[in-house]
Amino acid sequence: MVISIKAIMSRGFILSLLAIGAPAVLPAAEAPRPGGELVFAVGEIPPSFDGHRETTFGMLHPIAPHYSTLLRFDPQNYPKIVGDVAETWSFSRDGLTLTVKIRKGIKFHDGTPLTAHDVKATYDKIIFPPEGVASARKALYSMVDKVEAPDDLTVVFKLKHIAASFLANLASPWNFIYSAERLKKDPRWYEKNVMGSGPFIFVEHVAGSHWVGKKNPAYFMPGRPYLDGFRAIFIRDTAPRVAAVRSGQAVVEFRGFNPAARDDIVKTLGNKAVVQESPWACNILVTLNNEKKPFSDARVRRALTLAIDRNEASKALAQISVMKYIGGVFRPGSEFATPPAELIKLPGFGKDINAARNEAKRLLKEAGVPEGFSFVLKNRNVKEPYEVSGVYLVDQWRKIGLNVTHTPLEGGPYFNDLRQGNFDAGVDFDCEFMDEPDLYLLKYLSSEASPVNYARYKDATLDELYERQSRMLDVKDRLPLIRQMERRAIGEQAYQFPLLWWQRIVPHSSRLKGWKIGPSHYVNQDLRDVWLAP
Amino acid sequence: MRQYVLKRLLLMIPTLFGVALLVFFLLRVAPGDIVELKYAGSGTFAPKEALDRERKQLGLDKPLAYQFVSWIAGIARFDFGDSMWTGRPIIEEIKIRLELSLQLAVMATVVAMLLAVPLGTLAALKQDTWVDYAVRIFSIAGLAMPSFWLGIVIILGFLIVFKWMPPLTFTSFWTDPRANLAQLIWPALAVGYRYSAMATRMTRSAVLEVLREDYVRTARAKGLWERAVVLKHALSNALLPIVTVIGLEFAFLLGGLVVTEQVFNLNGIGMLFVESITHRDYTMTQALVLLVSFAFIFMNFMVDLLYAWLDPRIHYQ
Amino acid sequence: MPGSTRAFITNNLRAPILFRPGSALDFISSRPLGGAGAIIIVLMIAAALLANFFAPYDPLANNYGAMFEAPGVHHWLGTDSFGRDVLSRILYGSRTALWVGFCSSLFGTSIGALIGVSCAYFGGKADLFMQRLMDILLSFPLIVLALVVVAVSGSGLWNVILAITIPMIPRAALVVRSSALALRQMLFVEAALTLGSSHWRVISRHMLPNVMAPYLIMLTAFLGQAILLEASLSFLGLGVAEPTAAWGLMLRGAAVEFAERAPWMALFPGLAISLAVFAFNVFGDSLRDALDPKLRLP
Repeated sequence: MVISIKAIMSRGFILSLLAIGAPAVLPAAEAPRPGGELVFAVGEIPPSFDGHRETTFGMLHPIAPHYSTLLRFDPQNYPKIVGDVAETWSFSRDGLTLTVKIRKGIKFHDGTPLTAHDVKATYDKIIFPPEGVASARKALYSMVDKVEAPDDLTVVFKLKHIAASFLANLASPWNFIYSAERLKKDPRWYEKNVMGSGPFIFVEHVAGSHWVGKKNPAYFMPGRPYLDGFRAIFIRDTAPRVAAVRSGQAVVEFRGFNPAARDDIVKTLGNKAVVQESPWACNILVTLNNEKKPFSDARVRRALTLAIDRNEASKALAQISVMKYIGGVFRPGSEFATPPAELIKLPGFGKDINAARNEAKRLLKEAGVPEGFSFVLKNRNVKEPYEVSGVYLVDQWRKIGLNVTHTPLEGGPYFNDLRQGNFDAGVDFDCEFMDEPDLYLLKYLSSEASPVNYARYKDATLDELYERQSRMLDVKDRLPLIRQMERRAIGEQAYQFPLLWWQRIVPHSSRLKGWKIGPSHYVNQDLRDVWLAP
Repeated sequence: MRQYVLKRLLLMIPTLFGVALLVFFLLRVAPGDIVELKYAGSGTFAPKEALDRERKQLGLDKPLAYQFVSWIAGIARFDFGDSMWTGRPIIEEIKIRLELSLQLAVMATVVAMLLAVPLGTLAALKQDTWVDYAVRIFSIAGLAMPSFWLGIVIILGFLIVFKWMPPLTFTSFWTDPRANLAQLIWPALAVGYRYSAMATRMTRSAVLEVLREDYVRTARAKGLWERAVVLKHALSNALLPIVTVIGLEFAFLLGGLVVTEQVFNLNGIGMLFVESITHRDYTMTQALVLLVSFAFIFMNFMVDLLYAWLDPRIHYQ
Repeated sequence: MPGSTRAFITNNLRAPILFRPGSALDFISSRPLGGAGAIIIVLMIAAALLANFFAPYDPLANNYGAMFEAPGVHHWLGTDSFGRDVLSRILYGSRTALWVGFCSSLFGTSIGALIGVSCAYFGGKADLFMQRLMDILLSFPLIVLALVVVAVSGSGLWNVILAITIPMIPRAALVVRSSALALRQMLFVEAALTLGSSHWRVISRHMLPNVMAPYLIMLTAFLGQAILLEASLSFLGLGVAEPTAAWGLMLRGAAVEFAERAPWMALFPGLAISLAVFAFNVFGDSLRDALDPKLRLP
């Protein structure tokens, strides 16, 4: 992963992202300065406080600082996995048993010790939720047979089969470790209460307004956290959120802004602005209803992806939206990303758009699609990047003689229509917390096998390849299978295909130190290494 | 009189019941529920089973009639239930936001009156001169400008010129009046200006009418100082239509709040409303619609009573 | 419905029984503000009808070589973030605005008038029931009801029209009903009834034509409101869909996001909305003055 951190020297001038593959540029080490309250903006309000149940960063950003997880991603060396409450861990020789040793002396905020039993209770709640308890990511742990805690400091995960993604899933930022005792009394206690072992203790929450935490003096890492406390301000509309950073009322907004907002912030803050940028683990995906004619014909689907000028899009749309990078099924810059030489062979990813459009027209003709054929593109009514994608796609398809109606919908009806198959084409997205093929490829499995694939097709080849790659531990073994899946899913068959990958842009005040951008806005939000310059 | 008040109060019940019925079923006719949205967040691989589990937890698996009856039964006991999105009691969620919205509504009304009464009177006194036209253009321009537009112009103006913007979190007036006013005065101006348009027009025509009454003509003819005449007779009689307009336009004010709270990031009822409707938070939306309808009906009722009090000629039976 | 609303509407919108239009020239010369409004409206209608002739560019054509171009020789009002010509989009946008405005206020006022007249004509239980129903609709604030309707029916041109029409119905019904109540007592209606005319005939021949004045006043008043409401709904992401040329939509996002980089993107559509709403308002005002003898000067 590559990051560029550029202090802005002269007024309003921004250096764009360094080329992928260049060494990371980090500011000279400064001695962290303890103290101060970090004020940051959050663009969503937390629904319940239960990390195991919720799916929005609006819950993670204010609440993650209160909790520890078993493992975590090393923010300085993503995607390296390091321990949080785990001290060491090891797999058995057959790869079916993971034994994790817990650090000694970790305490919850109420003073009770955190033991292996708490970890077991936490993962039991996530993987085997009791009746009446919701668990959002249960399906990711289907390989787990059982969780055991033989003594106070040892947790053992027994697996049904080898699973490449298992360890990384234990670093999931959502898996807050809860107290077994509290869960026993009420498995839903954590929906309305906060009590963890993280670097910050809960102080106050005013619904819809702000969330306050203070330093946990008994935090298990000596000298951390640096901050005396933090205050998250909820600002749902983009304009006031940008204004908050510009006026200095908030030091940062961690999710990210688009280029226009970045320029405005830099213009106002001048040399007090720092911009961190990274390719984002999110993409915009064009999904087609494979059950409907003429989208049931692979030629038509290929024509639709051929018609999209991704090279132009990556230049033009990067100025007006968070979309920027051309990529296949995986995040450009990640270890699984499609090599450029292979990428340009995929339909719609080549360099010659005129040839591609002619080919698209030929395919449509061959498939018997009449000139001026009309269909509806369903979308979310979120300006950025969804509606921007919609406008772009409609214009691109117009160029091969298709007449597309753009229909942005509110979230509720939109997801309902996509899930029910009530659409021709849709603007979908894929946003994960890590670059794990098991997560991204799930989108392309047969629709029956995948709750997130709305394209309504059945493809046994893809399912079989997925199964095989997910049970291999070595990346080198997985890669050929992954490439094969990619070629089939977005190339030959073009069931659904990415438009562009996003760029994550976090402009912030130069006072914020010790925070490094990563490809996911879900990860690295416990704020324990963050400090404030005077 | 007492009977009239009682009758009006009783009449509120069927109206509110109708509102409740309407909003309850309207919301459920819409495709896509809160669970669908909850699991729309990225990184979720929620199979149908997980969605059903969540629905069960929220009580959405029960028959509609059952849901409606239990909701109404709850309201009868003043229990509005919990928000489906946050799980916290609705009363609590609303309480947090009510102070801000109420204060903003009052401030906007004051701004509107401070603009409308003098301007309307002036326009009437100088009828058909350039002053009259200027006032009318000013007030209609307020009506013609989208309210979000005005708010955005105010915020951007401050940001560009002073690199400052009104505080983003609410402080109660009683804790820190300065911080409180620094936040609320701008949206109050934006809403109040729009709100004043109707009232200015009413004041103008009311004063015009009074000026044509015989007793005012007589007073003027007798050489009474013009300003005294206007203030004493005209304004006291113009009070009635102005009061009416406040009541009538209350709904308008609430509409203005919906958009303005959005632009200024005010944690008020309008914001909560937009949010709950986009989240498909049924229980919260229902409660808010009921609250707003009740406020509107009650406001009109109060205006009627005030009417009777201001004008002894009016009797209600 | 609260008595005060009724009182207000009956007191202030009391209309003459017969509608006597003066000549257009008279209207303009005696009421300069209203005249100015009328001229702007006529220009707007012309722009909408002739958009294909006047518009220099295709309002939907993206041109990534000409993004954010400032107003100049090629693009008089500049281009937007997709390189689309702002002038062309404003011209075509007047179609959307007028279409939404006319349709929703026409439907809203007409349905409302029909309900109002029928209520006044039949009276009794049916009237009471309809009144309660109108009260229920009326107690939803305009934008709240519109939001709920869009949330239920989805966005898109016709759904937006629906969302704006529904809240207008009870308001129009209330006004028309109070004018029609007076008519019901009139001799000619009684006469028609005794002569054996059918209910529908009395309503359509005798009552409806005579509530023309409040009908027209409401229609013009709602037109401006409808245009504004459409812009607000678009701002909240619930209006007509991109890439349709519509003023409210042009402001969505652009008004804020690119306000500093390309102020023309937000300035001109904002101006178009304000001008249109202003024109309908002053025109409506003058129309009311002209039609309402109570406010006419001696």
